[in-house]
Amino acid sequence: MATQYEVVIGIEVHAQLSTKTKLFCGCSTAFGSKPNTNVCPVCLGMPGALPVLNEDSVELAIRSGLAMNCDIQEMSVFARKNYFYPDLPKGYQISQFELPICLGGSLAITVPNADGSYEKTIGITRIHMEEDAGKLIHQGADAIAGSDSSLADLNRACTPLIEIVSEPDIRSAAEARAYMETLAMIVKYSGVCDANMEKGNLRADANVSLRPVGQEEFGTRTETKNLNSFRSLERAILYEIQRQTHVLESGGTIRQQTLNYDDSTGKTSVLRDKEDAHDYRYFPDPDLKPLMVTQEQISAIRDTLPELPRAKEARYVDYGLNDQEIKVLLADLDLNAYFENCVKAVPNAESIKEMAKWLVGDFSALVNAAGGSFDTPVIKQDAFLELIVLLKDGTLSGKMAKGILEKMYQTGKTPKALLESSGGGQISDTSELDGIVAQILSANMDVVAKVQGGKTKSADFLMGQVMKETRGRAKPDLVKQLIMDQIAAL
Amino acid sequence: MADALSLAKSLKNREVTSVSLVEQAYQAIAETDGDIKAYLTLTKESAMAQAQSIDKRLDQGEELPLLAGIPIGIKDNILLKGFKTTCASKMLENFVAPYDATVIEKINAQGLIPVGKLNMDEFAMGSSTQFSAFQVTRNPRNLDYVPGGSSGGSAATVSANQVPLSLGSDTGGSIRQPASFCGIVGLKPTYGRVSRYGLVSFASSLDQIGPMATTVGGAAALLNVISGFDSKDSTSEQVEVPDFTQAIGQSVSGKRIGVPKVLMGDAVDPQIRKAIDATLADLVAKGATWEVVDFGCMDEALSVYYILAPAEASSNLERYDGVRYGHRKPDAANLNDMYTRTRGEGFGPEVKRRIILGTYVLSSGYYDAYYLKAQKVRSLVIKAYQKAFESVDVILSPTVPSLPFKLGENLEDPIAMYLQDIATIPANLAGLPAISVPCGTSSEGLPIGVQITGKAFDEMTVLSVADAIHVKETL
Repeated sequence: MATQYEVVIGIEVHAQLSTKTKLFCGCSTAFGSKPNTNVCPVCLGMPGALPVLNEDSVELAIRSGLAMNCDIQEMSVFARKNYFYPDLPKGYQISQFELPICLGGSLAITVPNADGSYEKTIGITRIHMEEDAGKLIHQGADAIAGSDSSLADLNRACTPLIEIVSEPDIRSAAEARAYMETLAMIVKYSGVCDANMEKGNLRADANVSLRPVGQEEFGTRTETKNLNSFRSLERAILYEIQRQTHVLESGGTIRQQTLNYDDSTGKTSVLRDKEDAHDYRYFPDPDLKPLMVTQEQISAIRDTLPELPRAKEARYVDYGLNDQEIKVLLADLDLNAYFENCVKAVPNAESIKEMAKWLVGDFSALVNAAGGSFDTPVIKQDAFLELIVLLKDGTLSGKMAKGILEKMYQTGKTPKALLESSGGGQISDTSELDGIVAQILSANMDVVAKVQGGKTKSADFLMGQVMKETRGRAKPDLVKQLIMDQIAAL
Repeated sequence: MADALSLAKSLKNREVTSVSLVEQAYQAIAETDGDIKAYLTLTKESAMAQAQSIDKRLDQGEELPLLAGIPIGIKDNILLKGFKTTCASKMLENFVAPYDATVIEKINAQGLIPVGKLNMDEFAMGSSTQFSAFQVTRNPRNLDYVPGGSSGGSAATVSANQVPLSLGSDTGGSIRQPASFCGIVGLKPTYGRVSRYGLVSFASSLDQIGPMATTVGGAAALLNVISGFDSKDSTSEQVEVPDFTQAIGQSVSGKRIGVPKVLMGDAVDPQIRKAIDATLADLVAKGATWEVVDFGCMDEALSVYYILAPAEASSNLERYDGVRYGHRKPDAANLNDMYTRTRGEGFGPEVKRRIILGTYVLSSGYYDAYYLKAQKVRSLVIKAYQKAFESVDVILSPTVPSLPFKLGENLEDPIAMYLQDIATIPANLAGLPAISVPCGTSSEGLPIGVQITGKAFDEMTVLSVADAIHVKETL
């Protein structure tokens, strides 16, 4: 029987900290500026320039550690990672090596499977701070191969990153994806990173190895670099599992290599072999003193840590929201903030369910169609809550509310103002409807006869007539009740 | 040129003008620098304009800082905006500084007038200024001799009376050793006293900018100008800056002086020992006491230095890659070829030697045995000083154990060259303030310097003892 293999995966995630300025100088971290405009002697590696640590970045790094249950280190040390590359101005990257700022955390994930999902905890080995490199723009080709020259844009050089290193606890591509998605949510909700994958805010390296099921010792691993979407992370790992399985099954051995993943082909290729590995000659950066933080500083940061996605999720389940609603409400920070503000204003279980339903459904659809955002919503919170009240007290039917919401989005008016100009809300007063029902019945006695003859479906026609007469404002179940009652009484 | 403080007084009294002082400096340079070759770049146009502006302000009765209007020379590893900063290296032959070093901002704010950039050993690596890629500077006291290094230009210009003041930098003795060779005063301040921002890094944990002057008073006044915390240098310290000129003329009575046994032994030239003994006797006559202090780790200090300094240098010099500025080999076949040939051509032999040494000691497999062990010994050196300072106020030793040497000597013998620094290196390792002042003359007429090392941030005591010594020599 063929050997069964188990995959062992560890992931290193680089997350860009959402500071306004760079890690060791005052230059802006703005994305998309003209090349080499957000630069100064420090981030250009000019002779004589010295790094000064950005304090905001320290707070964010600590925040990330607290959000992932790490031990925050009172002393950490910046080291130099020495290597030559044209996007690296100083010839070394300032990073933390032996003494990182966070050690030993964990991340709880929910992994979807055929039976629904299962829970798992992934260990976090460490989180350390480091500066990013610049970007090379290759001329005449997409990659360095085939290009005749390259230009360096150093706007990104020295932007602050944290590297979050997982334990080799991950056992499938699906777990890897769930880990990365959970991590992205956590850094986003803790205010550490914008987690915008398109802007390269979040990039992952995947260490993948196989071992025969039951064997404790790890197999030889490969490291696939710079996976910049959940999808490419998952696909690269699936490909790597398949490739390594094939090598092992055909009697080969896995070489320790650094790989590149090509999203267009879905395949990995060799970037460098173990023999070509750099000796980075790490040593403590003598331009920077050890980074010291006090327990007081750490607890002050802990006190400002917001509720994290998993706790929110549990709360939403308690509200009785469904999986889809929870997923959508958590996916967008601005939408989530809008929802939470509404919940704070009207903390009533039934209203909350109604709000979630409308926010996730029609409201989101309107925002998305208009290409807008919940950051600066056209419909203010008060107006939206007013709509929910009108729904709850029966003034509006669902159908009416949908129409009103659209008009609110178009005009920015409140639901009450819109109702007044359209002649009022839902009619749920029996005395007002009784007369209208009687009038419709007498004008359609042939239909009434059919209903009496057992064709209860024909009552729908009568309902339609009543709704038409009331311009849709009659409360549907009340109308139906009145029709049946009056026919029975004939 | 006379002492900076007396010139400052003449300026205040309007007996001279700043323009005349600057003209005088350029005149002296024109007359003597053809032989001495202290300067790599002159900044005449801007210097004259600055001097005119100072004179105008004095004419208007403005109260100016003490050293306003005094000419000063700047070592060519300190960035002076708009002028070349070459570090005496082909690598930076055409590099024009895009910003001012913090010390330059400070001297500008105080009205001192930079007259030019001074020759040095390439990237401050050397003890004779013969490793400059551009020219060999000669000792003004005897043109057959080296001025010392690496701040050889800075020492020579002051010694030749071209200017009363200069800025040097000291990583293992690069201010004190040339000061000793050229018969002037040179102070390495406490690590963290003076901002390193804009000083081209050699070994970041050891580098310190310091004043060089004809007198201790001049050095003290210049130290006042350049000292202080700088938010742009994470290793600069937030400590009070006293008025260092208050150290001048202070009595040394009751001061306890420690003399390290190892620096008074057979390794020291007899003429130097004699000069040091005479200095000690004079200090005792002035009321000071002295005792022998036993340092266990002075010998190791040299080895530690030649591991740590090259290690840091190998990393600090990685930025000279031909990509953004400086020398670049054109027509390279590929990236690696560009790096190899750019650095191969741009750096001279001593810089390459240290890059190779430093790369080696940081390499995986050797790091623990060399770099890490050296750091441990460094902490022992620091502790040895702490212990010594429990019973003494300052430590006195020769600045250099041997007399100045001739041009061409020691060039093929790196170890002999490295031994030049044996007495100066420990203060860098421990981050302590240390000064070299002239204390005598050899039979060949060459200057002999004595070194006073003090407690961290106690430049005051160092300067006062140095002043007591120097007064005797100049009388």
